[in-house]
Amino acid sequence: MTKQNTGERAYTLERDLQDFIASCRKREHPESFLITVLHKVQARCGYLSNEHMQEVAELLGVPASTVSGVATFYHFFRLKPQGKYMINFCLGTACYVRGAPLVVDAFREVLGIEVGETTKDCLFSLEATRCLGVCGLAPVAMINEEVYGKLTPTAIPGIIDTIRRREEA
Amino acid sequence: MDEEVERVGKILERYTTVQNETKERLAKLANERCIEIQIGDATCENAAGSQVARNEFEKLIEASGRKDIVIKKTGCTGRCSAEPIVGVLQRGRMPFKYQSVTAEKVRRIFTEHILGGQPVIDFLLDKKTKNKYRHQIAFFKNGAYTGQDVFDAAGRAASRLANAGVQKEEVKIGVSINPGLFIAHESLQYYMIIFPEEKARNTGSTSDADVTRYGVTKPADLDRIIDSHLLKGEAQPDLFAAADPLFDRYLKMYADIEFFNRQTRFTLRNSGIIDPENIDEYIFYDGFAAAARVLDGMSPQEVVEAVKKSGLRGRGGAGFLTGLKWEFAQKAATPKRFIICNADEGDPGAFMDRSTLEGDPFSIVEGMIIGAYATGASQGYCYIRAEYPLAIKRVEKAIEMARAQGFLGKNILGSDFSFDLEIRLGAGAFVCGEETALMHSIEGRRGQPRTRPPFPAASGLWGCPTTINNVETWANVPVIFLNGPEWFARLGSEKSKGTKVFALAGKVINTGLVEVPMGTTLREVIFDIGGGIPGGKVFKAVQTGGPSGGCIPESLIDTEVDYDSLAAIGSIMGSGGMIVVDEDSCMVDVAKYFLEFTMSESCGKCTPCREGTLRMYEILERITRGEARDGDIERLERLANLIKKTALCGLGQTAPNPVLSTLQHFRNEYELHVHSRRCPAKVCKKLIQYEVNPEKCIGCSACARACPTRCISGKPKTVHTIDAAKCIHCGECFTTCKFDAIRKN
Amino acid sequence: MATNMIRLTIDGRPVEVEAGTTVMEAAEKTGIHIPRLCYHPKLSVEGACRICIVEVKGMRTWPVSCATKVSEGMEVTTASPAIRQARRDIVELLLDNHPMDCQTCERDANCELQNLAYQLGVRDRQFAGERKCFPTEDSSFSVVRNSEKCILCQRCVRVCAEVQGVHNLSQHWRGAGTVVTPAFEANMIDSVCINCGQCINVCPTAAWIEKSWTDEVWEALHDPAKHVVAHIAPAIRAAIGEGFGLPPGTPAAGKTAAALKLLGFDKVFDTNFTADVTIVEESHEFLDRVKNGGVLPLITSCSPGWVKFIEHFYPDLLPNMSSCKSPMSMHSAIIKSYYAEQAKIDPANIYVVSIMPCTAKKFESRRPEFMNAKGRPDTDAVLTTRELVWMIKAFGIDFVNLPDEDFDNPLGYSTGAADIFGATGGVLEAALRTAAEILTGAPLPSIDFTQVRGVVGLKEAELEVAGIQLHIAIANGLQNARELLARVRAGEKFDIIEIMACPGGCIGGGGQPYPPKGGYTIDFDLYKKRAEALYAIDSGKEMRSSHKNPYVLELYKNYLGEIGGHRAHELLHTHYHARTPRGI
Repeated sequence: MTKQNTGERAYTLERDLQDFIASCRKREHPESFLITVLHKVQARCGYLSNEHMQEVAELLGVPASTVSGVATFYHFFRLKPQGKYMINFCLGTACYVRGAPLVVDAFREVLGIEVGETTKDCLFSLEATRCLGVCGLAPVAMINEEVYGKLTPTAIPGIIDTIRRREEA
Repeated sequence: MDEEVERVGKILERYTTVQNETKERLAKLANERCIEIQIGDATCENAAGSQVARNEFEKLIEASGRKDIVIKKTGCTGRCSAEPIVGVLQRGRMPFKYQSVTAEKVRRIFTEHILGGQPVIDFLLDKKTKNKYRHQIAFFKNGAYTGQDVFDAAGRAASRLANAGVQKEEVKIGVSINPGLFIAHESLQYYMIIFPEEKARNTGSTSDADVTRYGVTKPADLDRIIDSHLLKGEAQPDLFAAADPLFDRYLKMYADIEFFNRQTRFTLRNSGIIDPENIDEYIFYDGFAAAARVLDGMSPQEVVEAVKKSGLRGRGGAGFLTGLKWEFAQKAATPKRFIICNADEGDPGAFMDRSTLEGDPFSIVEGMIIGAYATGASQGYCYIRAEYPLAIKRVEKAIEMARAQGFLGKNILGSDFSFDLEIRLGAGAFVCGEETALMHSIEGRRGQPRTRPPFPAASGLWGCPTTINNVETWANVPVIFLNGPEWFARLGSEKSKGTKVFALAGKVINTGLVEVPMGTTLREVIFDIGGGIPGGKVFKAVQTGGPSGGCIPESLIDTEVDYDSLAAIGSIMGSGGMIVVDEDSCMVDVAKYFLEFTMSESCGKCTPCREGTLRMYEILERITRGEARDGDIERLERLANLIKKTALCGLGQTAPNPVLSTLQHFRNEYELHVHSRRCPAKVCKKLIQYEVNPEKCIGCSACARACPTRCISGKPKTVHTIDAAKCIHCGECFTTCKFDAIRKN
Repeated sequence: MATNMIRLTIDGRPVEVEAGTTVMEAAEKTGIHIPRLCYHPKLSVEGACRICIVEVKGMRTWPVSCATKVSEGMEVTTASPAIRQARRDIVELLLDNHPMDCQTCERDANCELQNLAYQLGVRDRQFAGERKCFPTEDSSFSVVRNSEKCILCQRCVRVCAEVQGVHNLSQHWRGAGTVVTPAFEANMIDSVCINCGQCINVCPTAAWIEKSWTDEVWEALHDPAKHVVAHIAPAIRAAIGEGFGLPPGTPAAGKTAAALKLLGFDKVFDTNFTADVTIVEESHEFLDRVKNGGVLPLITSCSPGWVKFIEHFYPDLLPNMSSCKSPMSMHSAIIKSYYAEQAKIDPANIYVVSIMPCTAKKFESRRPEFMNAKGRPDTDAVLTTRELVWMIKAFGIDFVNLPDEDFDNPLGYSTGAADIFGATGGVLEAALRTAAEILTGAPLPSIDFTQVRGVVGLKEAELEVAGIQLHIAIANGLQNARELLARVRAGEKFDIIEIMACPGGCIGGGGQPYPPKGGYTIDFDLYKKRAEALYAIDSGKEMRSSHKNPYVLELYKNYLGEIGGHRAHELLHTHYHARTPRGI
């Protein structure tokens, strides 16, 4: 591991996190604190951004590939910001034949994101899921714990709008 | 040599001083208390609503102005389905346990029982207790008794009292078959506790001294105790037994609940009894006495010998002899050594380690002190999964408190032995339960196992000799030194000593943690303690050992549970998960469920596990979807055997067990799926054919409206038909029909 | 010294080996080559592929022979029917998740997986199902990653970390979704990859290959408007023969020149020429720093992998770098200036192809520092030794029986000092030959600085030259370089350091021919043979010091002017800069 880097560098991690990492680095086997550090960063920031992981790498003196290799290995670490509302739409057979793809298109259009992404305001994440077991109401989606059934593309803007207005209030 | 002489005695002396001070403190507190309300504070209890109960009690106590009623926090008792559980403890009386306590129940318990002295029968745990007993008797049966005149004390006492005219409703007799309690009383057949008669108890001033303890060996002894003590009020001092905290503690915790009384709790000895955030309570029950004894008078070699003699085997899965493991580390050449507590309990359905971590963290700390001393380690790590935040908090606190009392850190209890403990967190990887993967994770790396040898005892953390044991193993270590290795070795079966905690779940009435001596039969665990199968269904199999284990059919239900006998029938002990499966479950589906788990938890390092589990899953998926090809069962077997023989780590090698064991015991189910495209348990949706029963169909068309593919047709008020070609087997018609007119086939 | 000997039986035959030997090594001694895949003798033991499993009496599972040490009385069976079927099945499992495009794959007939599948008799597919899908990642100028062909043996991850100290690669995700990528799954171009190509060298399949520029070169060769010129690096001549089955260490400069001419190159020059120029410039630079209190130690900058490494990992040491361009970039620059002027060809019509043992040279050729004002690179295309071998084969040239031809002058003549550039220590030795003579002002009695020779990772020597005490060091393989650099950072006094990214120097470059079946790269015995070929060429030459090369002197006289002068600086020198992402 290199001991130093030339030039000052402004880190975006908060000061106390930087100090914590610095204290880890002074101890024996600093690299062994990587998971501990990642836990702390995620607890603070909600997820692990590439930028933060690169900073952790530099501050702790661990190769960046190790940092992201570790972060992707463990389920607990999230690499993307998650929306407050997780939209899981069902891609089971019944939903599929009842027009789920059109509904998904509507979600994508209204939210302006692709499947697997989160809106800029961090309100919505869009994910596909296996059968939710609610075939009778197909096509269905689950928004957090709540199930929405018999969806049509035209219904989507209304659903999203309701949540947005609830949030604004 | 001189130093040696000086050490002996000093450490114990110091410990005794600490313990006596603690006891005085607690006794003083106890004198100020009339009633203790035990409320579980553990992840499971909290999820069940124990905080609600606690808040309600607090309000009521405040309102009553009573300073002698206190709330006591404990870990979980392991009686999951009945949580939150509240215990009402009053000295000199049988403890009462309430189940599923809500705020409303709290109000009644408080007014009727705590203030009014009348237990609320309807809310009692398992409702085994009856009202207004004149006589309360608890029998502890010595399971290891080998003498003459073996008899049924409870039955004999009941009938003798009845003959004397005492009403059945006036007597409460609790029986505990708990061989582990008879350390100092091995010649006794029964240990008997008689509580004072009801009339003497109403004053609320009774103390433990009012309890009478007898040792019973012959039927005639019992008869005399009943005739003289119970019926005439004349004590029989010649039959008195010495007070033993083990029995008292047992009773305090478990009362006369059958679920508990058939268990032998070593690992869980303090869980649900002590306040896990108060080291005094741990010390009160001889906490750290074992460590003090070890540090005071034993050499590391003697400690290892004792653990070897006890026969303790690793409780994490493979069952390697703990003493042997320690010996390897002790004899290693490198001076710097580590010990690790594996608290990365990852099997779905196993939660005994969480219960111990949350309910009795000190026992783990103490076990590790002893292990560190034996193996020469100066630093220990407790690797806890991040999904257990409360456990992390409790262990953190326990370490701090132990350090503050001088049980951890430099020169423990004034000895020349120094040892400290640190917590490292997991981050959601099942494979980190494997010891080399776990060490990689502690080192801050991807939790992938490496080939062994070298074993961790030779080359572990950072290449230093390292001893890894899991939570349950560490928690057992102090027990060995408190009671002696010979005593420990007396419990259990020939090659598996001591007890094992099982997490009983699935289709069973009493779900929860069950600790029994090794060698107890599956039937006893599932039917006697677990209460059998709910809803009058038929037992089909029990899955033991989690994703690495196997399914055991009804024909093998009398198998004694230990490492070797489970392995012999294609399963494993594992960490102790026990999932009961009834006739409604499809064994192919069960196997698929576990395989999906291992597949997605495969670390990806070795070919057989990474690629092989993927292909096995694909085949199972085909079989359950009715798309099986000829030879798929043989392919499954070929892959399963390949993985078993060639995977890198223990998790990989055992990943095919759920498939292999179901193939071994339920092969016909597979064959029906493959050859007849039928799922006999009617679980695999794609294999279910739905048809309309023309005798029941009234032609309401509800099914046709519900069908997502519009494959049901028929004129209103006439019998409908299902077009099998278009049916996607979603089952919607079946759930919609109110007339049972849709049949699964 | 009594060594502890262990007796065991392998397939019933008694063997006696030293304690600590692995079962795989012990089997080797009885003439049994246990099939294997992830094993690499120069890398740590991974034990992941599970192909080298054996049966050991008394063991429940089958241990891997690469990681299992022998023990007294061990009874090993290496190829029971069950073991053979298991190996077959494991290889099939790998194939099931591997594209079925062997016939059109770059590694066809040179692929360890394919060889194993054949050898173990995978004739039908029992378990095939879904196959993993990844796009090909070809952002880098040097290497292409095809994760679909990756069998997760981790050799690239290991070589990148253990040998090169770069740690650019890691496994990401887990289980069947595991993929080897740089940090954050970034593209190679955005990573700390130094383009050394050792990942290609150790890869058993075609998951890593060089970015091929053969199409562009073919096209240029057939473009009548283009004057296509080649120059070949010193290390090529020592290794290219292996690509045609010649024994390692067969010098083949003449055959290479002849083949290039047959391929249609208008001129075939020798990068050696500018190796001599490099020495002239670099020894001047070194002496200047010694005399005038410049930054020391001077560190060589011929190896583009090393250059990028220091830019990412040790930017604080950039002032120590020699400002000399590499021989390749000097050569291409001279072709497009001096040669163009002499031959009266518009440089815009000259197409320069460098034949290099190196994948990093492809990257170097695309560095803005080595482009003209219009953004046209001085070196239009870089081919690795492997690519040239393939082109020669594609053309149908009978390389082995080809009569030798000479390089074209003036840019094809070189001294022996240039030849040894290809071996670790060679650049330093060449520089010493020139610097010493300049310092003493007289010819040296012996110009063989044997202290700096030998294919080892790290060499150090104290020399006295003309009354000046010099502490010199040589590293190849960047993990070795890290050790040196740590000492430099700590303030230890060194005067001049040669660093080559690849193990063994350029003879072990990332573009050299794959070893024959059963062989491994980073094989220092093989590299020694290649090095010996270079030293043999050197000692066979009359002219062995760069500053005596008459064509070089002519170049300065006619075109460059002073050594280290203004024009020389413009054409032959450059500077480097810190890069992100920062290396750690």
